[in-house]
Amino acid sequence: MLSVKGLCKSFEGTEVLKGIDINVDKGDVIAVLGPSGSGKTTLLRCMNFLEEADSGSMVFDGKEYSFANVSKKEIGELRKKTGFVFQNYNLFANKTALQNVTEGLMIARKIPKAEAERIGRQALLKVGMSDRCDYYPSQLSGGQQQRVAIARAMASEPEIIYFDEPTSALDPELTGEVLAVMKSLADEGMTMIVVTHEMEFAKNVSNKVIFMENGVVVESGSSRDIFESPKEERTREFLRMTDF
Amino acid sequence: MENRILEIFMESFPNILLPGLTVTIPLTAVSFIFALIIATVTALVQFADIRILKQIARFYIWVIRGTPLLVQLFVVFYGLPNVGILIDPLPAAVLVFSINEGAYCAETIRAALESVPKGQMEAGLCVGMSWLQTVRRIILPQALRTAFPTLSNSLIAMVKDTSLAANITVTEMFMTTQRIVARTYEPLILYIEVGLIYLIFCTVLTKLQSVGEKRLGYYGRKVR
Repeated sequence: MLSVKGLCKSFEGTEVLKGIDINVDKGDVIAVLGPSGSGKTTLLRCMNFLEEADSGSMVFDGKEYSFANVSKKEIGELRKKTGFVFQNYNLFANKTALQNVTEGLMIARKIPKAEAERIGRQALLKVGMSDRCDYYPSQLSGGQQQRVAIARAMASEPEIIYFDEPTSALDPELTGEVLAVMKSLADEGMTMIVVTHEMEFAKNVSNKVIFMENGVVVESGSSRDIFESPKEERTREFLRMTDF
Repeated sequence: MENRILEIFMESFPNILLPGLTVTIPLTAVSFIFALIIATVTALVQFADIRILKQIARFYIWVIRGTPLLVQLFVVFYGLPNVGILIDPLPAAVLVFSINEGAYCAETIRAALESVPKGQMEAGLCVGMSWLQTVRRIILPQALRTAFPTLSNSLIAMVKDTSLAANITVTEMFMTTQRIVARTYEPLILYIEVGLIYLIFCTVLTKLQSVGEKRLGYYGRKVR
């Protein structure tokens, strides 16, 4: 469904991503693991063009896009097929929970208001936030905000949702409620790429794991293989250090 | 003696207030609306980082902020006729006040736009909206709320600055007062009187500002 080839990115001369290749099949839930500064977040941001990659290409739905010269129109098309969940939620501060969900439907996809609100309420119901439709982000807890953000990302029925450390800004109690929503999304067959430090999630929910360090993919494979019989010494060390 | 002063005060009050209501306030209101439009466009052009337009914006702000308002009024009203451009006093005043205030408000709005967290734009793009849609629906509304108190400041300053229009023969409150002074020769009481009327106008605006701030609500956050 989606593949990335030879993705390179540097910030002011420092190479952050050194030729990343990944393959995503429909229904995959891929956990991207690795120590801080390994380029996980940058990878995800490049894939949604929030960062401009230097070289490499991406095939999405059989269509090839070159990172170095992709048009604004193509970026817009791609973004409409994807969802993105941020570490610090980034809910629209001037919109209620429901408006946060309907905004992209009404403005970007020209869905009529009544229909958008129906979809929005349903999405909020799914993440257990239907009783907070008219609350502003500032009136919600971090976990609630992130669940609204997930509702926002999935409401447009994207082909894939990118999660950028969705629970890193939450305390352990709130992390659970967000992970539960993500798990139910995975169970429904949503394709997801999740940059995370949640080893439990990587082991039990995701079906594939990509382990990154210093801007390269050290090892990738099925979650079971990576957790039970990692091939690379560095992967083993990382798993040992995180008690897995 | 006391009686005469009180009499002059009472008698002149409606005569000064009237041009206040029919000239000072409309002049301020119309100029400020134009100023806000100019300011928003000037700020957005810089926020969007459109190279050539940004340079024009910076040049405009540099010139306007670097020259006195009074000089700008004189250039437009007394200077431009030299090159065949004649503008009536009131339109000339509106023109100068709009352009002048626009430059200051542009900086206020630009700062407010830049204070909106970057993630708001990224989230807008990621739900499929274009840059412009995100600015219009998400960034600008938040920025204008942030800018509201400072813009109110500018509006209040502008009410008083309109008195400079007397210099280009606009018969607003201050010029009317000057005329009454010339007739009655009581400058102290009359200039205090017109000052009081300006103070009343600004008091009303200050009240409106706090009502406005409460109305805007700051998205669920409590405002004292």
